[in-house]
Amino acid sequence: MDSLALGADLEPEPVVDEHSTVTLHVNGDPTTLTVDHRTTVLETLRESFGLTGAKKGCDHGQCGACTVLVDGRRVNSCLLLAVAQDGATITTVEGLADGESLHPVQRAFVERDALQCGFCTPGQICSAVGMLREAADGHPSHATGPETAATGPVALDADEIRERMSGNLCRCGAYPRIVEAIEDVIE
Amino acid sequence: MTTRAPQFPGAPVVRREARDKVTGTARYAADLAPAGCLYAWTVPATVAAGRVTAVRAVDALAVPGVHSVLTHDNAPELQEPDDPILAVLQDDRVPHHGWPIALVIAESLEAARTGAGELHVEYERDPYDVTLTDDHPGLYTPEEANGGHPAVRVRGDVERALAGASVQVDATYRTVALHNHPMEPHAATAVWADGHLTVHDSSQGSSRVRESLARAFGLDPDRITVVSEHVGGGFGSKGTTRPQAVLAAMAARHTGRPVKMVFPRPQLAEVVGHRAPTIQRVRLGADLDGVLTAVSHEIVTQTSTVKEFVEQAAVPARVMYASPHSRTVHRVTALDVPSPSWMRAPGEASGMYALESAMDELASALGLDPVELRLRNEPETEPDSGRPFSSRGLAACLRDGAARFGWHDRDPRPAARQEGRWLMGTGVASATYPVLVSRSTASAHAARDGALRIAVNATDIGTGARTVLAQIAAEALGVDPEAVRVDIGSTDLPVAPLAGGSSGTASWGWAVHKAATALAARLAEHRPLPADGITTTADTEEETGEESPYARHAFGAHFAETAVDAVTGEVRVRRLLGVYAAGRILNARTARSQFTGGMVMGIGMALTEDCGIDPDFGDFTARDLASYHVPVCADTADIQAHWIEEDDRHLNPMGSKGIGEIGIVGTAAAIGNAVRHATGARLRELPLTPDTLLPYLL
Repeated sequence: MDSLALGADLEPEPVVDEHSTVTLHVNGDPTTLTVDHRTTVLETLRESFGLTGAKKGCDHGQCGACTVLVDGRRVNSCLLLAVAQDGATITTVEGLADGESLHPVQRAFVERDALQCGFCTPGQICSAVGMLREAADGHPSHATGPETAATGPVALDADEIRERMSGNLCRCGAYPRIVEAIEDVIE
Repeated sequence: MTTRAPQFPGAPVVRREARDKVTGTARYAADLAPAGCLYAWTVPATVAAGRVTAVRAVDALAVPGVHSVLTHDNAPELQEPDDPILAVLQDDRVPHHGWPIALVIAESLEAARTGAGELHVEYERDPYDVTLTDDHPGLYTPEEANGGHPAVRVRGDVERALAGASVQVDATYRTVALHNHPMEPHAATAVWADGHLTVHDSSQGSSRVRESLARAFGLDPDRITVVSEHVGGGFGSKGTTRPQAVLAAMAARHTGRPVKMVFPRPQLAEVVGHRAPTIQRVRLGADLDGVLTAVSHEIVTQTSTVKEFVEQAAVPARVMYASPHSRTVHRVTALDVPSPSWMRAPGEASGMYALESAMDELASALGLDPVELRLRNEPETEPDSGRPFSSRGLAACLRDGAARFGWHDRDPRPAARQEGRWLMGTGVASATYPVLVSRSTASAHAARDGALRIAVNATDIGTGARTVLAQIAAEALGVDPEAVRVDIGSTDLPVAPLAGGSSGTASWGWAVHKAATALAARLAEHRPLPADGITTTADTEEETGEESPYARHAFGAHFAETAVDAVTGEVRVRRLLGVYAAGRILNARTARSQFTGGMVMGIGMALTEDCGIDPDFGDFTARDLASYHVPVCADTADIQAHWIEEDDRHLNPMGSKGIGEIGIVGTAAAIGNAVRHATGARLRELPLTPDTLLPYLL
């Protein structure tokens, strides 16, 4: 598969047929299922739960399209193995709205046209929800001045939003609208 | 041809699928899971040239869950496809690194991937050449460049005019290979059932994909349905049929089960096209007032051994500035590299980087303001063809942009402004993109209860096609856009061209307008409606077949303010402002998004997107999103798009020009010119990374 193969004696033995039972609390409902040890949370959400909002843009944790909230924090679900998440609470983009009423971040994305092709959008929205909480909890970012760090909630100006949202790529270039949408939510 | 006065107000209607996209319910090609679906994983060639001598699949087939392995030995035989890049698994030849040589099909993605790792492939290696140089022995002059443009155009005597010019610029610019990298990797889900093939494909135009599949599999097109309901961006890379559609269909035929196939991100650069690298020599001759006497633009670029694709980078020089003497030339060499193809504004994006950088160099040499230099070279007619412009808003864009940007306070001296460690500069560049339009069909239906439906196989790759087509139909029918249902994205709908060349709205919209206008006339005659309602169909073959006597182009101007870190060489774009003259803007909300999106991609071209080809490895060096740096949110500060209303009666019934690509054209030049203004350093190679700037800052 790869030109940089190690040679037969050094190749690790592939884990090919190991399964375990886990319970995942996805969008409020506990589900117990058997997962292949190689299967990521992203693949499990998409293929086992039919929750295809989270997208596979790179499968390497480089693009953020698979971002979901695990125990309230934003994560790249392509980098988590499902077998290691037994008992976890997972919120996907499908679980953000309250019935017909959109989450404020979802509403702001619609109103600001903060999306084009829409493929990165579920990840952007989950990331924004997680990011707002991180800032409220006082987590600093690269854009946070040393004088404001660790003194309570971080006020989010445009530079802070841009920095904190930079793990979510958007090739359509909707970034200016995404920043506006998040600013609307903060206000 | 003169059409009636456009009436479109350009209302900022919210895009129709926005709610589906923010709630995660919009379905893309890989989001489907038909019952019994298998998963396919491609195995790319690991040599740059040669042939496959053996594929040993015993270990792969022994992996639990692996269903089968397809190689050139056992894959379904195809007819000669309409694009040679689709002839996958047909023979043992390896034309470039990454060419698909096997497909592992399994009950789960994990099993398919594990199986691919257990496949043992042997090759016979041939010598290969992946390095483009401006004196490459394989260089030749093709008949045509992309878009059907003649490779060579000559007016007057450029050499003599250059020799006699008071001021000359002679500069060579280089651009690297760039990759489209839409966020959605190319994906297809294929089902054969009862002799009918259905493929959900990530494509910019499913009518074209159906044609390709019909030809490759020797099928009547009526036995194929291709659906592209939602598409996660394409930027040209999904404009032509790509191998995932063929591979998924092959696998589904071979196994008798549905198959889902998604190219892994690190394989995309090798199989979905790229913007070819260019070496561009630009020579300008002018008198002391800055009036051009000679323009010469010579392109050297590469294609693959699989097909000829020539980036038409000298074509914008045939459109932009008046000059009695002109020479525009493309030369290309076929290397053992993946096949280049369309990437957002092919030709214009790379060519205008060089031309607009050279114009800035000329302005510096003359001591003339770069906006003023461009205004002094406005042509009366299109320089190359002599045809009158249907409308030409470049001067208006430059003037309006200069006023909005605050250009007139500019101190022209380079390397004269510093804010702390930041060296500050501003730059300008023009933009242009041709008006293209293709034949389309569409239908309009009024049900007995009054419900209105438009059907056209348009594709929404993120432009807001459904929304703008509803607006166009609503205008013709005299109703609100909300009253019109729009069905797009399937070959079961009336045939339509792809979303590409910034021509989708013009092409589909024209057919929709025609069908809806006919429906409005029929509705006026029929009350009450018959039980099965009224349907009208439209075909714009005649309208779009006429060659316009006018030169038709959108124009624009880009203004950039950059800050260069004097210590690290990092470039930050503080402000980017574009003004466009693109006919009638049909939806202000979605249009703004397309313009600014193009500008963001221009920032990537200018500063971050960099992909070389390793001469030993024989392939692209930056093949994933950790190594190939597309712009992130933190790279985009103050980005604004504005436009000038144009009332151009020589376009289409909507009065619109394309807007999807012009945002990237000239953006890199504006940024490069601003960096030169900030630092005094004139770099002629993109991207402007810190390592390339640092030597000039020490």
